[in-house]
Amino acid sequence: MSLLIRGARVVDPASGRDAPGEVAIAAGRIVERLERPARVIDGHGLVLAPALIDLSARLREPGDEYKARLESELEAAVAGGVASLACPPDTDPPLDEPGLVDMLRRRARALSRARVYPVGALTVKLAGEQLTEMVELAAAGCVAFSQANAPLRDTQVLWRAMQYAATFGFPVWLRAEDAWLAAGGVAHDGEVATRLGLPGVPDFAETIALATALTLARATGVRLHVCRLSSAAAVDLVRAAKREGLTVSCDVAVHHLHLSDADIGDFDANCRLEPPLRSARDREALAAALADGTIDCVVSDHTPVDEDRKQLPFGEAEPGASALELLLPLVLRWAAERGLSLAEALARATSGPARVLGVEAGRIAPGAPADLVLFDPQEKWRVTREALRSQGKNTPFLGHELTGRVRATLVAGNVVYEAR
Amino acid sequence: MRPDLQLDAEGRLRHLLSIEGLPREVIERILATAESFAGVTERDIKKVPLLRGKSVFNLFFEPSTRTRTTFEIAAKRLSADVINLNIAASSQAKGESLLDTVANLSAMQADIFVVRHASSGAPYLIARHVKPHEHVINAGDGRHAHPTQGLLDLYTIRHYKGDFSPLVVAIVGDLAHSRVARSLIHGLTTLGTGEVRAIGPQTLLPTGLQALGVRVFHDIRTGLRDADVIVMLRLQNERMSGALLPSAQEYFMSYGLTAERLALAKPDAIVMHPGPMNRGVEIDSAVADGPHSVILPQVTFGIAVRMAVMSIVAGGA
Repeated sequence: MSLLIRGARVVDPASGRDAPGEVAIAAGRIVERLERPARVIDGHGLVLAPALIDLSARLREPGDEYKARLESELEAAVAGGVASLACPPDTDPPLDEPGLVDMLRRRARALSRARVYPVGALTVKLAGEQLTEMVELAAAGCVAFSQANAPLRDTQVLWRAMQYAATFGFPVWLRAEDAWLAAGGVAHDGEVATRLGLPGVPDFAETIALATALTLARATGVRLHVCRLSSAAAVDLVRAAKREGLTVSCDVAVHHLHLSDADIGDFDANCRLEPPLRSARDREALAAALADGTIDCVVSDHTPVDEDRKQLPFGEAEPGASALELLLPLVLRWAAERGLSLAEALARATSGPARVLGVEAGRIAPGAPADLVLFDPQEKWRVTREALRSQGKNTPFLGHELTGRVRATLVAGNVVYEAR
Repeated sequence: MRPDLQLDAEGRLRHLLSIEGLPREVIERILATAESFAGVTERDIKKVPLLRGKSVFNLFFEPSTRTRTTFEIAAKRLSADVINLNIAASSQAKGESLLDTVANLSAMQADIFVVRHASSGAPYLIARHVKPHEHVINAGDGRHAHPTQGLLDLYTIRHYKGDFSPLVVAIVGDLAHSRVARSLIHGLTTLGTGEVRAIGPQTLLPTGLQALGVRVFHDIRTGLRDADVIVMLRLQNERMSGALLPSAQEYFMSYGLTAERLALAKPDAIVMHPGPMNRGVEIDSAVADGPHSVILPQVTFGIAVRMAVMSIVAGGA
């Protein structure tokens, strides 16, 4: 179906374009011109931008369907303006076999909502011992390999995994955390954890593991993407590595741009995240590094958790927060706080992650896939359980008022979400 | 800012979860009320009818004898009915969730839940879910807080030393894992104590302890100099050897309270310990049983303090 969106402010982070205009779509792609569009969407007062690309959203299938299902989570994705998402391999069982990956992609395709890019397990069962069949997993559709939040204690295995992935040109996505230093910890090791009597994870659990990962990336030539930076010290390490010319990219979870360990308050289990929320100084460094480009992209790190696993004392609660539908307004808030242009800000959730993922979406240009989001940058809405389409209602922002609401999301030229 | 869980809109104590955040007047009122109850415990008939007809549920998700017993005695002296539940051995083992357990007990008409739990923050979760007329008293949650112990420590110090402002209080040992120490520190700083010191090796002192208003010492001799009050913390067995400490012997050598070290403190210094003591590990028997020790009076005061807390939250005393 052909489609014309007109009257909107068109923002394309990839080219820096930010001007009123129209965008024509035919056969799932953006085209130069259109004679007789089958449908015209009026975008007056709205922003038209490339749909968001989220490098970390848990869909909970297979295995954890009581926490969430593809139906609910992909609906949440498009309601949040996310057209492409990468899902981490920490499902049950983990994504360590081509059959599982194939099934997940089929299910996702059949729902025709957001595009799903599975990230394969780096080691069998994520146990950190034996390499997975990366070639077969890649053939089944895995775009990268990762341990998700599972520890990989054995540096020898990490080295071999990186060598093997590099051999075939597969990217490795790692969250940097020393398993020994993080063992038992549930909050940032600092004043707040000390006051609340919560076992801590020191920031050097991150920098020590990051130094190891960067060293091995240098040695193996693997394309390393560092997931969920959490500390100022880690930002400094990545900045130095990039300056020296290492091919490394990284992301930060959107929560870590806005929250710090102080937000745990009286043991709010919705603030139990992995990696933990760190100090206000760390938060400031992450927000600044995302603005200056040291951090390439921002992710939702969407992790739906059922009520029973959150209604527990802080340290026993399952980590993670539901965030697909909050990603856009929280990115807008970060941009406003730092005085960034809309194009600069959206780059971190569109063209930035597109580069890491190696996909052609994330831009508005003739020939590009028509993955687009139309949103009202001024509309305010309150985060309530009812407002969230995700099965996971677990978010530290519950009850908060956010600015910026998606009106429509297009994936491959199809309107997959339209607000009423 | 989230609403205060402990105080109601009029500033009255509804739950006792932590000493942190309690206004000075509330702490002083608890101590004054405890003082009025101290007389009761010395009478022939050790009972007052303040909580007659009320039910106190002792919910112990973690084993304890001493604290549970003192709560039980305190509740009985207030004429309340006491139900002891050793949850570690029942519901939780059957997989019932913490909130389900509380909901079930609530259906049995509880007025006060006295909660001990191995996880920091557990009493907060319960306090958020109880009915308006139910009260939660934290009897120790993880490493976080043990407010009634903190209050009885404050009571003891005030009993022997009076005004807090000129005092130097030294807390010695495993502060990292101690809820007792955290509660006491908050109480001491709120009451304007002259100086609060923490003494121990780096492995037993948590990150950023100074932010609680504490001066940190690694050398016990320097730390004890001119102290008015010395609080020795219990060293749990599982911490005595491994990555935190090489051995109990070496700990005693470096941080044990001996008569010779006690002599560095003020001549009239008092020695406290929350119990149970490891003689020869954190404290020498000669000191524990010596003239400076107020360890047994602490236990007695503990009953009056717990009576005060229960009567204030539930009895409107």
